[in-house]
Amino acid sequence: MSNLTATSPAMLASKASSSAAGTSPDPRIYGPGRTVEPVAATGAESIIRSLESLGVTDVFGIPGGTILPTYDPLMDSEQINHILVRHEQGGGHAAQGYAMVTGQVGVCFATSGPGATNLVTPMADAHMDSVPMVAITGQVNAAVIGTDAFQEADIVGIATPITKHSFLVTDADQIPKVMAEAFHLASTGRPGPVLVDITKSAQVAQTTFAWPPKIELNGYRPVTRGHSKQIREAAKLIQAASRPVFYIGGGMIKAEASEEFYALAETVGAPVVNTLMARGAFPDSHQQNLGMPGMHGTVSAVAALQRSDLLITLGARFDDRVTGQLESFAPDAKVIHADIDPAEISKNRAADVPIVGSLKEIVPELTFAFDALVTKHGRTDISGWWKQLNRFRETYPLGYTTPEDGKIAPQQVIEKINQAAGPEAVYVAGVGQHQMWSSQFVKYERPRQWLNSGGLGTMGYAVPAAMGAQVGNPDRVVWAIDGDGCFQMTNQELATCAINKIPIKVAVINNSSLGMVRQWQTLFYESRYSNTHLNTSVSDSGGEIVRIPDFLKLAEAYGCVGLRCERPEDIDAVIAEAMAINDRPVVVDFVVSRDSMVWPMVPAGVSNSDIQFAHNLTPQWDEED
Amino acid sequence: MGTHDIVSPEQRRTLSVLVEDVPGVLTKVSGLFARRAFNIHSLAVGPSELPGLSRITVVVDADSKLLEQITKQLNKLINVIKIIELAPENSVQREHLLIKVKADSPTRLQVTQAVELFRAKIVDVSVDSLTVEATGAPDKLNALLEVLEPFGVREIVRSGGLAISRGAKSMTDRALR
Repeated sequence: MSNLTATSPAMLASKASSSAAGTSPDPRIYGPGRTVEPVAATGAESIIRSLESLGVTDVFGIPGGTILPTYDPLMDSEQINHILVRHEQGGGHAAQGYAMVTGQVGVCFATSGPGATNLVTPMADAHMDSVPMVAITGQVNAAVIGTDAFQEADIVGIATPITKHSFLVTDADQIPKVMAEAFHLASTGRPGPVLVDITKSAQVAQTTFAWPPKIELNGYRPVTRGHSKQIREAAKLIQAASRPVFYIGGGMIKAEASEEFYALAETVGAPVVNTLMARGAFPDSHQQNLGMPGMHGTVSAVAALQRSDLLITLGARFDDRVTGQLESFAPDAKVIHADIDPAEISKNRAADVPIVGSLKEIVPELTFAFDALVTKHGRTDISGWWKQLNRFRETYPLGYTTPEDGKIAPQQVIEKINQAAGPEAVYVAGVGQHQMWSSQFVKYERPRQWLNSGGLGTMGYAVPAAMGAQVGNPDRVVWAIDGDGCFQMTNQELATCAINKIPIKVAVINNSSLGMVRQWQTLFYESRYSNTHLNTSVSDSGGEIVRIPDFLKLAEAYGCVGLRCERPEDIDAVIAEAMAINDRPVVVDFVVSRDSMVWPMVPAGVSNSDIQFAHNLTPQWDEED
Repeated sequence: MGTHDIVSPEQRRTLSVLVEDVPGVLTKVSGLFARRAFNIHSLAVGPSELPGLSRITVVVDADSKLLEQITKQLNKLINVIKIIELAPENSVQREHLLIKVKADSPTRLQVTQAVELFRAKIVDVSVDSLTVEATGAPDKLNALLEVLEPFGVREIVRSGGLAISRGAKSMTDRALR
């Protein structure tokens, strides 16, 4: 993550010392390179001044008893824009969305006890998807820790397994150092969430603030440079493979290595599959891109992994949603696995050539090593492989059928939003059917165009994450593509968006049910729909119109524009209307068919070779020729 | 004490983990084992020769693949400085045992003889019991227990395993470089 390292506090320290040694001082008051001589401050002031020194400009949060001292100096900060959210979970997801579009650390504040526990879901989500985030929580006075004081919760204990690291600060003098360490940990190596829990007594104590502090993380030494011998070994395997495939994951985006990868992919000429977290890391419009692999991946992407003789795995982690039944996954393939986190290598699938390091450094070296080999020994012919994959691509393209009930096909809505908003917009999904359709039917052309909750699968991610994304990318159109179930989990942040003029657009793909669960009930539980009817557009039986809540009225109640679309012929006009509004959030209630299902599908726990491109239809793998 | 090596059950492995001595570090280490469903056989923690660093000896049941994953996951903990595996053939491995055993006048002599045979120590005496202290490799302690069992064992306290490499080198030699 060299781009992240470049702004890390460790570098700040060295930059600061070099400027002290006589080079020209940084003219900026705040941000990287800032040096502050020791001044008297309260712990709370020290927190705010540390954040300013770290270059933070936006924070999402809610005050409460134990974080109150910090909210006072926050009011005077000219640099930090605090956005008052309506639920701490929304603040956490907003920080994630902000981080995902900017590549910078997202920051959220919460008070102790319930404020902190409401951050559990975003922290767990950020941990699964490696999102750089720092959560700052107030804690009860040090003297009463352990007494079950009012709003006391052991958030450090709770957060330990779902954060990259967590700190408890009881001594105000430690604040600058801990803050710098937290940002360094969150943004370097494999990024992730870091919790800084600061007692109220530390916030009100008198201390000294100085910058930069000395970072002491003796147990933290992420490797960024890949082992050159391993890279040469990898190049050899690639040069010799006759059915190679690039299997790229979210690490490619975190490493900002898409450009370098584009060169590698074109040099090698092998097919590319990009996981749910890597959509946009390699352009969908590129001929070599076969799309998403896994449970709802394209037939050609699933087949490319399954029938490959070499997986060139870059920043991916062999998630069960990608591999299906692990024992039968890619049975004939050797594995190259490059990742910044050594623990991911050989965790699920043994690697033949492991490479630990940043893709930013590894990928160009791999291109170079491959080039050198090809110059010497020539290329292995992979045209037969392409012929096979192209046949799968042509025979089993992504598609959908027109619903028999005459209602809108949800996939069509998503396609049309993409046609209207294009690749420069940001697309943020919740979790479920609409998420899979958004991954399948939006064309992703650039990294950071697509945000979703991949690993944890957090319903309710979309609205607050879109809010954070819009704050991080104020000039882009941000579409939250949400489900009617997800939307009801976190839509109170529409108030935050309306009040702060954060003009996100929300497409509620309203099938009046918990659609993905319903799909599984249709397929695996004999269409017995236990507790999946939400009554947001039709009654349980589907017979009458029921709208609880009425999303149009809900949008208006929150100061947003509410639109509704119920007929296929109106989709374009409604999207155009939504696209024309840019001073307020817009919520569009797209009433769609309940019966649309996500295809292709590999049922859980079976081999990827048994993928169905439609209900009970499996591809014909071998052709007579 | 004898110096014969442990005959450990298959796949019993010993890791020495050097950690920063900060609040919560033991929770982080033990929590990791719980969360990843790694099986801890025993765990012992105490200060090391360097101020600010503690040393955890953890005995786990794991094959090589799992041990690699455990080591990598432990390494990700920010407060973990260094991890080494101590193989029985090039390390000294010990456990400590305190055992209260019934010993009235007819059996007292037999118990005392058994204790001497194992070069263990009697550290407390009462009318009808003896408290025995023993240090050794786990299999040796097991053997002692087996011998004392027929007399009637009232109470057992056993430490986690401790281990140190043989030879002059120290685990912390290059840890803080």
